Amino acid sequence: MLIKLSGGKIYDPAHGIDGQVRDIYVRDGRIVERPRDGEHIAHEYNLSGKVVMAGAIDMHTHIGGGKVNIARTLLPEDHRQDPVPHSTICRAGCGHAVPSTLTTGYRYAEMGYTAGFEPAVLPMNARQAHLEMGDVPIIDKGGYVMLGSDDQLLRMLAAQKDQNAINDYVAWTIHASQAMGIKVVNAGGINAFKFNQRMLDLDEQNSYYQVTPREVLKTLARAVHELNVPHPLHVHGNNLGVPGNIETTLNTMAGVEGYPVHLTHIQFHSYGTEGDRKFSSGAAQIAEAINKRKNVSADVGQILFGQTVTASGDNMAQFRNRNAGSPSKWVVMDIECDAGCGVVPFKYKDQNFVNALQWAIGLEIFLLVEDPWRIFLTTDHPNGAPFTSYPHLIKLLTDKTFRNEVFATINPDAQKMSTLASIDREYSLYEIAIMTRAGAAKLVGLHDRGHLGVGAAADITVYTDHADREKMFAKPDYVFKDGELVVKDGQVVKVTWGATHTIRPEFDRAIEKEINKYYDTYHTLKADHVKVTDQHIADDGRGRVQIHACQGRREKTA
Amino acid sequence: MENFTQAGTVESVTCPFCGLLCDDLTIDRDAAGNLNVSKNGCQKSITFFGRPLRSPSPRVDGKQAGLDAAIARAAGILGNAKLPLIAGLGTEVQGMRAVMSLADKAGAVVDHMNSNGSMRNIQVIQNSGWQITTLAEVRNRVDLLVIVGTDIVSLFPRFFERQVWNKESMFGQETSKREVVYLGGRNVNTAAGIAPDGRQPDVLPCDMERLPDVIAALRALVLSKPLHAGEVAGIATAELAKLAERLKAAKYSVVAWAASPLDFPHAELTVQNITELVKELNRTTRSNGLPLGGIEGDMNANQVSTWISGYPIRTSYARTYPEHDPYHFSTERLLAGGEADALLWVSSFNPERIPPRTGLPTVVFGHADMQFEQEPDVFIPVGMPGADHKGIMFRTDSVVSLPLEQLRNSTLPTLGEVLTAIEQAL
Repeated sequence: MLIKLSGGKIYDPAHGIDGQVRDIYVRDGRIVERPRDGEHIAHEYNLSGKVVMAGAIDMHTHIGGGKVNIARTLLPEDHRQDPVPHSTICRAGCGHAVPSTLTTGYRYAEMGYTAGFEPAVLPMNARQAHLEMGDVPIIDKGGYVMLGSDDQLLRMLAAQKDQNAINDYVAWTIHASQAMGIKVVNAGGINAFKFNQRMLDLDEQNSYYQVTPREVLKTLARAVHELNVPHPLHVHGNNLGVPGNIETTLNTMAGVEGYPVHLTHIQFHSYGTEGDRKFSSGAAQIAEAINKRKNVSADVGQILFGQTVTASGDNMAQFRNRNAGSPSKWVVMDIECDAGCGVVPFKYKDQNFVNALQWAIGLEIFLLVEDPWRIFLTTDHPNGAPFTSYPHLIKLLTDKTFRNEVFATINPDAQKMSTLASIDREYSLYEIAIMTRAGAAKLVGLHDRGHLGVGAAADITVYTDHADREKMFAKPDYVFKDGELVVKDGQVVKVTWGATHTIRPEFDRAIEKEINKYYDTYHTLKADHVKVTDQHIADDGRGRVQIHACQGRREKTA
Repeated sequence: MENFTQAGTVESVTCPFCGLLCDDLTIDRDAAGNLNVSKNGCQKSITFFGRPLRSPSPRVDGKQAGLDAAIARAAGILGNAKLPLIAGLGTEVQGMRAVMSLADKAGAVVDHMNSNGSMRNIQVIQNSGWQITTLAEVRNRVDLLVIVGTDIVSLFPRFFERQVWNKESMFGQETSKREVVYLGGRNVNTAAGIAPDGRQPDVLPCDMERLPDVIAALRALVLSKPLHAGEVAGIATAELAKLAERLKAAKYSVVAWAASPLDFPHAELTVQNITELVKELNRTTRSNGLPLGGIEGDMNANQVSTWISGYPIRTSYARTYPEHDPYHFSTERLLAGGEADALLWVSSFNPERIPPRTGLPTVVFGHADMQFEQEPDVFIPVGMPGADHKGIMFRTDSVVSLPLEQLRNSTLPTLGEVLTAIEQAL
């Protein structure tokens, strides 16, 4: 079946197309160049005056796995504010801070998103992460698997195993967890917390292993690079939320010695200690460092004011922040000699000095990083704000007048500590399309998504060109997922099930002998039972696994 | 791969009959499909796997019926009900997904047969959260294990073998030096807590219904509040003070409880005193709670219900969107109050967990060996996950899930197949 999207203004940064009027043809879920001779066009959409982009990709969003379900369990009162009845085609659920899985999929699609990546899949909990994402409809999904505080890796580092053995273990873990990349959270710190260490800076040793976060980061960044994993090492830095952590963040950038690295929710890691309250913006220095270091990318983790919940693998930081939360309740876990988690509800307030400055710091970083291919639009859902606030965030980035109006209403002391009002930059639609589509696809390693070239999956979003960008991005006219019309006028009209994206790096299977022995000696299950099979993902016929090439980063898109 | 029609031996089998999900069993299968645990069994796994393979036909009004007829009748009962209750929920993850889909479609309430126990824990999370750990951390780190109100082993037979007296641990600890304290209960079987070198565990007994006082006192002592009472529920305050000091001195203490035996009014407050004292200990050292559960798939029910609806079980779809209430939507209350008007009961692991007596139209999706005091309107025998078909199961710690394998051929349908057919027939 062939459909034609006629006359829309196309924003396709992967091909340098910036608002030119073009037609797009879609056959059987893929974009094609033109109809075959005499081919019947089954449906034509007149998109004259409309804005056309690839479906958006959220490269860091907590949508599946144990801590997300703990966050749901913690917040029945939040769910009650946003009940979601079933419709003739959609199932019931709840929304707001941590929506139910089905509602998550519907609402992402209704905003024009067609993929989301869970950034904290624990190997021991990977099956649950995929099960939950298996109940997220319409959008594609995938995950980055967490290493760096697992005892297996730290044992290998302490024993000074060679890099090849570590690469094999890293690759085995990617296979076992069906992941797209590797995430490291508070490198070594989650493990150190189990030995009752409460802070771990970049060059501080784990008291048992005598291994430093710097060694963990360097080793993993190198492993990811040598295994040709397209997505750079995804780093949640040490010292999250600590005033003065900008030093740690800058040292982390330098510490990976030129290997590609992605620093996630960098807003939470860009704090100085200036001013009366010893809390200040490090945005300018962080942005300058990103501008200079071409191996570094980041997503912001913007906070927006209101109730949300923070769910993190970083139990050390979450334990430290437990009493700052609201409502006052929290879950912290040590997990299976593998990782940990901490879940703390938060209510960010615009009249609170720290929260207001966090808000400003995030926006400063967005606006001061020059290359939109290396900075990504996230709220670290739900940690900074629920993903449903993205249209509001886009308006803040694209509309200086609006931004300054909001800025004028936040805590006055925070205003004095921020340069935000003096920044004139407004993101263009082309730059938004880079951050949320072309750049995100390239960063994650999705070669057939995030662009509108021939051969790409037909994940396409069509917007009305409102001057109010919040309105525009909240309610697309059409969303196509793999060529099927799934959303019309901001409402789901068809429920489909997306793919789970994975990679399968090559490795020496001999490592399994060592891994099996480790599990049999110390663990409470067999290494084989940790592995998530394709069947676990695709069991009820709704999901499917799409394996991407593992040949390093591709600079060019087809 | 596997030829189920022949006798054979299967290694590394996962046992779904308690929350530990031991995955090291060896099971022999005869040509008729009967199973026998030949290695790493416990009394539970031997009994449950050992039930002979049977494939009775479904029954409608006590008479044998075809599966299609039974499904049609079940759909009729569900379709006529204004507030159906889907309870029991003894199933694995895929079965539970089908339960949630059917409940949404039919406007039903979902509740689990063990939720009187699990709600004690869930209410604590909803109110204050907690700090807990998982089985492998216990196995490698625990130095002081305090067990509240249970012997553990009657519910989780291999707990000590696998988590406490394991020979090797990762951080050089001599596991035989681990300290075990049983707190509360009378005549608790403490044999499993005896160290390999014969060292006896410490036992501080009290009546179960006095545990709230004892735990409250222990929390106060951990908080360094002075207590004037010389004893609490028959336990000398000095003994409790000593325990508080041991908890403060331990490097990685674990306080374990099972919610179901804490069967006294407002036991959730006692659970909360346990978890709050653990939080307090973590100001200076490391300590963790260890809630023990996961029997009859209660973790599956809560996990799946939570991600699909936003809420744990005791959730209703009657108003087209999910609503959760730990009291209002309990099986006992909905049946006793006459609010529910049809009961669908699921117990696919255990034939002994039969539905509560009720005059309501009842459909049972049960283990093939189920015997009724009161024949339900419809009985549909379903396969046992982990023997008759594959599945996925959550462990007691709610973090680790394990795949369950098929071990034999069975003609019984899976719960998911049956519920999906009913949903389509609605």
